[in-house]
Amino acid sequence: MPTRAPDRAPRDLNQSATTGGVGDSPTRPDGPLKVKGEFAYSSDLFMDDMVWGATLRSPHPRALIRSIDFAAALALPGVDAVLTHEDVPGCKLYGLDVRDQPVLAIGEVRHQGEPVALVAADHPETARRALKLIQVDYEVLEPVVDARRALFDPESPRVHPDGNLVRHQPVRVGADVDDPAVRARCAVVVSGEYEVGIQDQAFLGPESGLAVPAEDGGVDLYVATQWMHNDLLQVAPCLGLPEAKVRMTLSGVGGAFGGREDLSMQIHAAMLALRIGKPVKMVYNREESFFGHVHRHPASMKYTYGATAEGKLVFADVEIVLDGGGYTSATSNVVGNAASLGVGPYVVPNIRIDSYGALTNNPPCGAMRGFGAVQACFAYESMMDKLAAALGLDPVTIRQRNAVTQGDKLATGQVVEAPAPVAEMLETLKALPMPAPADTSDLRNLPGSTANTTHGEGVVRGVGYGIGVKNICFSEDFDDYSTARVRLELLGDTVGALVHTAAAEVGQGLITLEAQIARTELGVEQVVIHPADSSVGNAGSSSASRQSYMTGGAVKTACEAVRAAVFARLAEDHGRDYDDLSLVGGKIVSHAEGVIGTLEEVLAAGPIEETREYHHHRTDRMDPFTGQGNSHTQLAFAVHRAVVDVDIELGLIKVVALDLVQDVGKIMNRLSLEGQLHGGSAQGLGLAVMEEIQVRDGKVRNPSFTDYLIPTILDMPPMRMEILENADPRAPYGLRGAGEPPTLSSTPAIAAAIRDATGLDLRRVPIRPEDLTEVPTDA
Amino acid sequence: MRVTFTVNGRRAEADDVWEGESLLYVLRERVGLPGSKNACEQGECGSCTVYLDDVPVCSCLVAAGQVQDREVRTVEGLADGDELDPVQACFIKAGAVQCGFCTPGLLVQAHALIEHNPAPTDPEIREALAGNLCRCTGYEKILDAVREAAAIKAGVA
Ligand code: FES
Ligand code: FES
Repeated sequence: MPTRAPDRAPRDLNQSATTGGVGDSPTRPDGPLKVKGEFAYSSDLFMDDMVWGATLRSPHPRALIRSIDFAAALALPGVDAVLTHEDVPGCKLYGLDVRDQPVLAIGEVRHQGEPVALVAADHPETARRALKLIQVDYEVLEPVVDARRALFDPESPRVHPDGNLVRHQPVRVGADVDDPAVRARCAVVVSGEYEVGIQDQAFLGPESGLAVPAEDGGVDLYVATQWMHNDLLQVAPCLGLPEAKVRMTLSGVGGAFGGREDLSMQIHAAMLALRIGKPVKMVYNREESFFGHVHRHPASMKYTYGATAEGKLVFADVEIVLDGGGYTSATSNVVGNAASLGVGPYVVPNIRIDSYGALTNNPPCGAMRGFGAVQACFAYESMMDKLAAALGLDPVTIRQRNAVTQGDKLATGQVVEAPAPVAEMLETLKALPMPAPADTSDLRNLPGSTANTTHGEGVVRGVGYGIGVKNICFSEDFDDYSTARVRLELLGDTVGALVHTAAAEVGQGLITLEAQIARTELGVEQVVIHPADSSVGNAGSSSASRQSYMTGGAVKTACEAVRAAVFARLAEDHGRDYDDLSLVGGKIVSHAEGVIGTLEEVLAAGPIEETREYHHHRTDRMDPFTGQGNSHTQLAFAVHRAVVDVDIELGLIKVVALDLVQDVGKIMNRLSLEGQLHGGSAQGLGLAVMEEIQVRDGKVRNPSFTDYLIPTILDMPPMRMEILENADPRAPYGLRGAGEPPTLSSTPAIAAAIRDATGLDLRRVPIRPEDLTEVPTDA
Repeated sequence: MRVTFTVNGRRAEADDVWEGESLLYVLRERVGLPGSKNACEQGECGSCTVYLDDVPVCSCLVAAGQVQDREVRTVEGLADGDELDPVQACFIKAGAVQCGFCTPGLLVQAHALIEHNPAPTDPEIREALAGNLCRCTGYEKILDAVREAAAIKAGVA
């Protein structure tokens, strides 16, 4: 048992709603707390005797550590402890997929910002001063910063002893793309080289949490994470504790977007708390946050496509290089995604794809919304436009001529089993009304806005399209199951359902959905959402747009089990069998006999509780040589049309419209869903025109919200959306994961619109003003 | 040093405040009001916005000493007891809250906007909220919420 709970520990969220089932739009159970400022985020936790933890990070991207002298730091009044790798109680390495990351650097640092030492002190400022007193003697080495060199130049230094390659995933389909017979079938062959900069998740809630030492020698951890059980799997061994002694509770999460899939302060805070026997709170500031989590992989991609005169694709020759930075993190799976979705939702008879993930001394990269599919999507959609231009076709036509539909094969040979009306979605999108010409009487409608840079002169409008296909749930033979516990009981004189999972609500609205499913399946109004913690089984990660599918599926399955147990108890009471029962509005109804009992009566004998796991169907690994295999669980499609005004003299951009058609299988909650589609589109807009972690010689040059820009309310246009519901028969309620696809398609749509306006061949996102004016602004 | 001020109508006192401490830190860590958020602590995100004598400010940029004897109103002071302010109620209803980390600052900023401009146009709402970053919503539902709150406060909805 935990020794003590902090003030503002997460608590039950109780919500009663009469129209709050699947398909309705009940409001969030945590909404009232959030608008009152009472929702306990991981940075809000407090205990009277807590102290503050802080992290010393390497200023160098690559260096050897000759010595660490922390005597002066330890002597500073108010400092409780200074720890280095020698103090890690258990395993000294951890990692999401591969344990290659030191808890604290051991003799060497492999990226700027790598944690080297920890301090605990009575005030965050004391802790900061103590960090400054720690003397680390570094032998600075030349960093490995070019991913292609790291991979292909045998002379390149090795970032890790095993070399710089994390994964090479080829995909081979049909004939050799160099075969003259293949080339002879092409009326045109076009090539492009594309780059994607490093994008940051930039969640607003900084990495933070509280570790409370417990009487049993264990620790209670209150943290903001995406996947509690995977944290546990990494944290416990490093602390040298059995998993049962590391109890994790999800505290309020201020956004995630992939950036909380890897550990940040979890082990560090726990180490400090166990060492000094006091609760330890850690909160990164924004600058530290830029170093405290992995980012979206930057990509360098070479594409060559051949097509017939009608615009049918004949071959695709693709090389994708993803820079994973200093440690492996999720790179291997990001490489797999980029490979399997490397040509997107198009039928291509002959394919050669080579997707690589490299280790370098650049910032570590891992999961971010879209996960490998985003980078490829920018390239393959740019190629479709290039092909259209070469053939004199319009961008919609070329896409429709090649788009997959149900029954077609992806590059991996996987047959698209659920409906995939991509061509029709484009038709719907094209038919949406276009925005009016810019009203130049209000500067706020123009590029540059109130900076008064133009009154309309030099402003050109462009239109562009983008299609994205994203795999939903984990792929490649990963059984990312989820678990839910559901209890039906009398709460005073009403019947309530308690839902308990370890699934991370990160803002996406999962708990709203859990309550909706419980209402629909159990016919109750009152639902209580128990705080997510590690006392219930694994729910998998809040990533890959998978929680509606997986934890939604687990809650549904647990509810079905509860319902069956209710019927069984009633049948036993009545001493007979029924085979025609249903649960409607708190009453148990026999099809033949009408109402035969109420939930109140059945539950008077005690609550009914069931815990169930939900697994999706098995998927295959990709063949290591051909990439073939049914590797994906589910596919989801989104298409965007962007309309952009560009001030071609200054290179300023205003996205005027960003319209979307997406197939979600089933609208579970329109309000939450629309919020996901807006938010996902906004992140794609950010990648298209403003967001990049700028790195030079392995060092980050803009770790702040002053210099790393994310879209503001002035940058986002109003969005028109058409949401389709072509059910996926294998998924719960027919739903498809929805959060990621719009992040894929909005970036290339905006890039295409800017190309359309300017006539420039823009090969890189984010597109900067100097890319449009060819005058460097950074001279 | 000791800082004494009024927050949400109540007197607050913080002892042993360090020179460099911000109002945000004092609110969050010393007087038990962590509703104002700490997304950047450098004046760029608006998540820490509070009223200081009726003017919305980034509390991370205000030195604690500056609030001596002044009045602060935070997100925790927007509701009237259990009765949510229309801005708060509309944020929930319109779906303007996802992770909610931007919400406290946006609520104060939107509240101030409607106080000064009871019928803001869309461009006015956008301009007023341009200093408040939100990473989750894409802002569309926030616009919906502010429009509706303004209408309710004006008695037209
Ligand atoms: S925390 Fe004050 S502006 Fe960001
Ligand atoms: S709701 Fe998450 S940052 Fe706005």
